[in-house]
Amino acid sequence: MLLPLAALAARARSGGWHDFWQAASNPQGTAALKLTLGLACGIVLVNAVMGTLIAWVLVRDDFPGKVVLNAVIDLPFALPTIVAGLTLLTLYGPNSKIHSLAFTRAGVFVALLFVTLPFVVRTVQPVLLELDREMEEAAASLGAGKVAVFRRIVFPNLLPAILSGIALAFARAIGEFGAVVLISGNLPFKTEVASVFIFGQLNADNTNGAAALSLELLALSFAVLLGIGALRRWSTRHDR
Amino acid sequence: MIARSGLRLVAFAYVGLLLLAPVGLVFYRTFEHGLEPVRQVVSSPDFLHALKLTLELALIAVPLNTVFGVLCALAVVRHRLPGVGIVNALVDLPLALSPIVVGFSLVLLYGPGGWLHGLPIQVLFAFPSMLLATIFVSLPFVVREVVPVLREIGTDQEEAAATLGASAFTTFRRVTLPAIRWAVAYGVVLTTARAIGEYGALAVVSGSIAGRTQTLTTYVDQSYQEFQTVNAYTASVMLATLAMLTLLVMSVLRPKEETR
Repeated sequence: MLLPLAALAARARSGGWHDFWQAASNPQGTAALKLTLGLACGIVLVNAVMGTLIAWVLVRDDFPGKVVLNAVIDLPFALPTIVAGLTLLTLYGPNSKIHSLAFTRAGVFVALLFVTLPFVVRTVQPVLLELDREMEEAAASLGAGKVAVFRRIVFPNLLPAILSGIALAFARAIGEFGAVVLISGNLPFKTEVASVFIFGQLNADNTNGAAALSLELLALSFAVLLGIGALRRWSTRHDR
Repeated sequence: MIARSGLRLVAFAYVGLLLLAPVGLVFYRTFEHGLEPVRQVVSSPDFLHALKLTLELALIAVPLNTVFGVLCALAVVRHRLPGVGIVNALVDLPLALSPIVVGFSLVLLYGPGGWLHGLPIQVLFAFPSMLLATIFVSLPFVVREVVPVLREIGTDQEEAAATLGASAFTTFRRVTLPAIRWAVAYGVVLTTARAIGEYGALAVVSGSIAGRTQTLTTYVDQSYQEFQTVNAYTASVMLATLAMLTLLVMSVLRPKEETR
């Protein structure tokens, strides 16, 4: 597992730092990376809100069909990403009645929302299940309104779980390929994200350009993992 | 009460619009002209070969990753070997790393100019590299499921078994394995889903040659690009059905894991 990654690092640097920077500062690649990061930030915001909301509904609410909703959340994990991409293109694509999203940034954004949906739900859900309701009841009995209870009691307790969920969603959004390749339409500077750019460079035999951006993605992935590790230590600091 | 049903409605609408509407539409599109076109695709040699290849990759990758995953989890939790911390961090890397980057680094390693170029067997654009890519991306799941369970069950029972004269292997088989079996099963389901569904890394290393190195996922992509939408939809429905079976197994296993 390490050997291929080492080969990647070696290849990206084989021409020296100068070539690496030159390949890394290719305007098309830079545009792709910027778009990827921008989309991933949006993904993080939407998932933080919707993921927490869905986890809340799944834990605190009771209604017919809850089991189904709970199972369906994992669909993006189970469904192959290329199938996810095809399904979205079927709904929003050229042969559909609503085709406004195909080959646009909004379409790519929806595809990324699709594949990242489970992360925050699945990290927040167990924490919310374990959360002691006596704290909330105590706060309510002291006259705190519903909003205040959520903001002062529930939210701080959920924060580490939300953060590690969105970190995973961020990493996934940066690297996703299968779900976005069909719906993005590969328009450079417009809808081309980093992974699609790398794939295009590979097909065009431009190994150096692909290697430079791949190394940047690898570094980002490492950073996210280190961040999650630090977060885990920080959130369990009172347990020890 | 109104606020609560409002939240419920938002959750349902979001999941419904984002997940269920597109997936449902694919099922509709696949069968809108009846079963005959689907039957033709399913019996075409390229489709059958892609299906066979997908299953073969999963059948090899899943057992390997299961054995490795359990051993790795034991090493991380039970034996404080040097370097275990690094292994623990690295195991999660495939989750955070773009599959394109995974495939590309395999190409660099085994391709022209790579360190392992010129092996006696063909690795790239052939079965070996596809297997390596599949193993790579589906590596973390068993480890991630088993590690927390191993931590939680502690070592009391294992030590008791050892003091009663059980060998390390017997202890593992009679004490540890029964305790972690649901976690292993859950990890295996996730590993299988990922192994069957991998696309990005395979698209890079396989070359997607019809009838030779094409899996179901790359078959979907290529059929779609060549405007053979019925083929793409049929393979998608096949994969989506497998995904739903996965969900079913997962929701059967999850309560067992939680009430353990």
